[in-house]
Amino acid sequence: MSNIALKIEDVSKMYRLGKISSGTLSHDLNRMYARLRGKEDPYLKIGEANDRATTGLSDYVWALQNISFDVNKGDSLALIGKNGAGKSTLLKLLSRVTQPTTGNIKMKGRVASLLEVGTGFHPELTGRENIYLNGAILGMRKWEITSKLDQIIAFSGVERYIDTPVKRYSSGMYVRLAFAVAAHLESEILIVDEVLAVGDAEFQRKCLGKMGEVSAGEGRTVLFVSHNMAAVKSLCQKGVLLQHGQLTFHGDVETAVSKYMLGDNEVMNVQTFEKPLSAEAVQVHGVKVVAKGKNVDDPMIEGHPLQLEINYSLEETAEYYHFTFALKDDEGKKLFTFSNNRDEVPLQAGTHTMICEFPAQFFNVGQYYVDFLVVKNRKQPIKSEEDIVSFTVSMKPVELGIWMGREPGFIKPSFSWKHLEA
Amino acid sequence: MNNQGAEQEVENWDIVVESKTPWFNLQLKHVWHYRDLLFLLVKRDYVASFKQTVLGPLWFFIQPLMTTFVYIFIFGRVAKISTGSTPGILFYFMNVVLWNYFASCLLSASNTFVGNANLFGKVYFPRLIIPMSSIFSNLLKFGVQFAMFILMMAYYYFAQPGSIHPTWSVLFFPFILLAMAMLGSGVGMIISSMTTKYRDLNHLVAFGVQLFMYATPVVYPLSFLKNGAGMLLMINPLTSLFELYRYMFLGEGSFNAMGLAYSFGFAAVAMAIGVIVFNRVEKSFIDTV
Repeated sequence: MSNIALKIEDVSKMYRLGKISSGTLSHDLNRMYARLRGKEDPYLKIGEANDRATTGLSDYVWALQNISFDVNKGDSLALIGKNGAGKSTLLKLLSRVTQPTTGNIKMKGRVASLLEVGTGFHPELTGRENIYLNGAILGMRKWEITSKLDQIIAFSGVERYIDTPVKRYSSGMYVRLAFAVAAHLESEILIVDEVLAVGDAEFQRKCLGKMGEVSAGEGRTVLFVSHNMAAVKSLCQKGVLLQHGQLTFHGDVETAVSKYMLGDNEVMNVQTFEKPLSAEAVQVHGVKVVAKGKNVDDPMIEGHPLQLEINYSLEETAEYYHFTFALKDDEGKKLFTFSNNRDEVPLQAGTHTMICEFPAQFFNVGQYYVDFLVVKNRKQPIKSEEDIVSFTVSMKPVELGIWMGREPGFIKPSFSWKHLEA
Repeated sequence: MNNQGAEQEVENWDIVVESKTPWFNLQLKHVWHYRDLLFLLVKRDYVASFKQTVLGPLWFFIQPLMTTFVYIFIFGRVAKISTGSTPGILFYFMNVVLWNYFASCLLSASNTFVGNANLFGKVYFPRLIIPMSSIFSNLLKFGVQFAMFILMMAYYYFAQPGSIHPTWSVLFFPFILLAMAMLGSGVGMIISSMTTKYRDLNHLVAFGVQLFMYATPVVYPLSFLKNGAGMLLMINPLTSLFELYRYMFLGEGSFNAMGLAYSFGFAAVAMAIGVIVFNRVEKSFIDTV
């Protein structure tokens, strides 16, 4: 028995940009003519990758291009990517709101999608009536809803207003009720898009808890789309990363998230010079930043010690050369500099790797860039290299219910606290 | 053995979303599964339309009655169109009620995609449910209004004997309703499918239906027209249906078997084309709507 709950085979989706109306008829006629002659749709060939920042040559773009992956039963999978990467398009295809241009999607069991909670709520109807209507829209039978009505009402926490028209509800109550209905739908596959953007912390916790329960406890498959990486990490084991409509990574969620955090900016935590960077007698072969005890490709998680390694060679030991590094944030603002000029051990003759260790509990989540200087006699820079290396510190999974944002600032130290009796 | 098992497994998907679907794939099984939704939507239409109104369901009666009075005045008194031996109020009321049923089937079906784009863009359910539910909503409304017509008819039957002559053919009245629903929603679905791209039709439909009423024997009996015009009117598939309708309840009306066959055939074809076009468009209309 195969364990695949969802199979996406070579799925692409093309959209036409610009105004739909003008020229539609002529394009349609062209298409029809091509089809009559048994030829391919002439507009499919000219589509291009979806990059909203650059002006393309064609009016047609591929919102998704050749996406293939499988999801096992009981997995919870995060779909991550920047705005416009194709996440929502993929969700629309999965929830059968629209059809792929090419390729197939196969699913086992019922699919419930929470693309936007509260779809089909009618403002004039009461909460109770809307539970039935919304449940039926999601594909529940009436008796199913009746049997779960008490649970749904209890979960939503709006008992008091259940016989009031929902137009009198606060937006929070509205969402609570809607999520409650959807969460109680017995589907094998649950698709959730950014529901956490609304509702207060307590309700977010409830939602995440329910979703965790759904995927881990009940063995249902969850597809989750969110820009909240902490939520993604605490809820999902697997991740799919989309960039410009293409699948760039499918695997464990840690790696997917850190790849996402890298984004388009060239973040390179390993820099190797084929032709060594030379400053007088010093030759620098490479610099890298890694999580201590990990491989260079492993994500750097906040709280974990990092180390910067620089590989150099020198003909003779020289105490008048020092390496200075300046750390910058993602906007290029200098945060601080550090140097080996207070180190008692001078740079050594031969080829060596010098390691600078950053303690645990030091860097906050973020992207960092490093400038490099070779300084002579503690006063004269003889070689400088901007952005010689860069790295990204990503969030560690947090417990459900605690704040999932990023604290401001770039260091996140862990101080010790004492309690003295007065 | 193993191989066979694997193959069977491959075929075992519950839902398959394909880029190319056969042109006639109604998925009636899905529609059946969502039957509760159908009735909840009908209930929603009913409940929601009378919330916060004082008169509530009385509006069901006010609208056709007012229309009837206006027609009696304009077509009966001013234009002096004869309704035969039938009392004018009965003639206009029964026609207005049936015409409203047809027109609202057509209009609500033609608004399916554009009017529900927001809902359709968020969640999947068989789209056919929406035009089907509006047929039932309209049928409900018609039923209530029709009950009033029966009361009026009873009054004339006993108070003015000989003014109307109901026939046993009323037993076939449901077929007229069916044909009208098929015709209205069939044409409506075709229009709805086209409005997803060409919004022009929206404008056309609203007044087109109004004008079309005058090409149907609603405000005048077919016998009022002289030969040539009467023949021309037979092109309209509704003509025979309205004439048959009046014959059933009042014992007056001119129709023939050919005309009826044409009407029912037309309705069936319109419905079939409507459903097929609708099914093709529902798969990806959200991209163009």
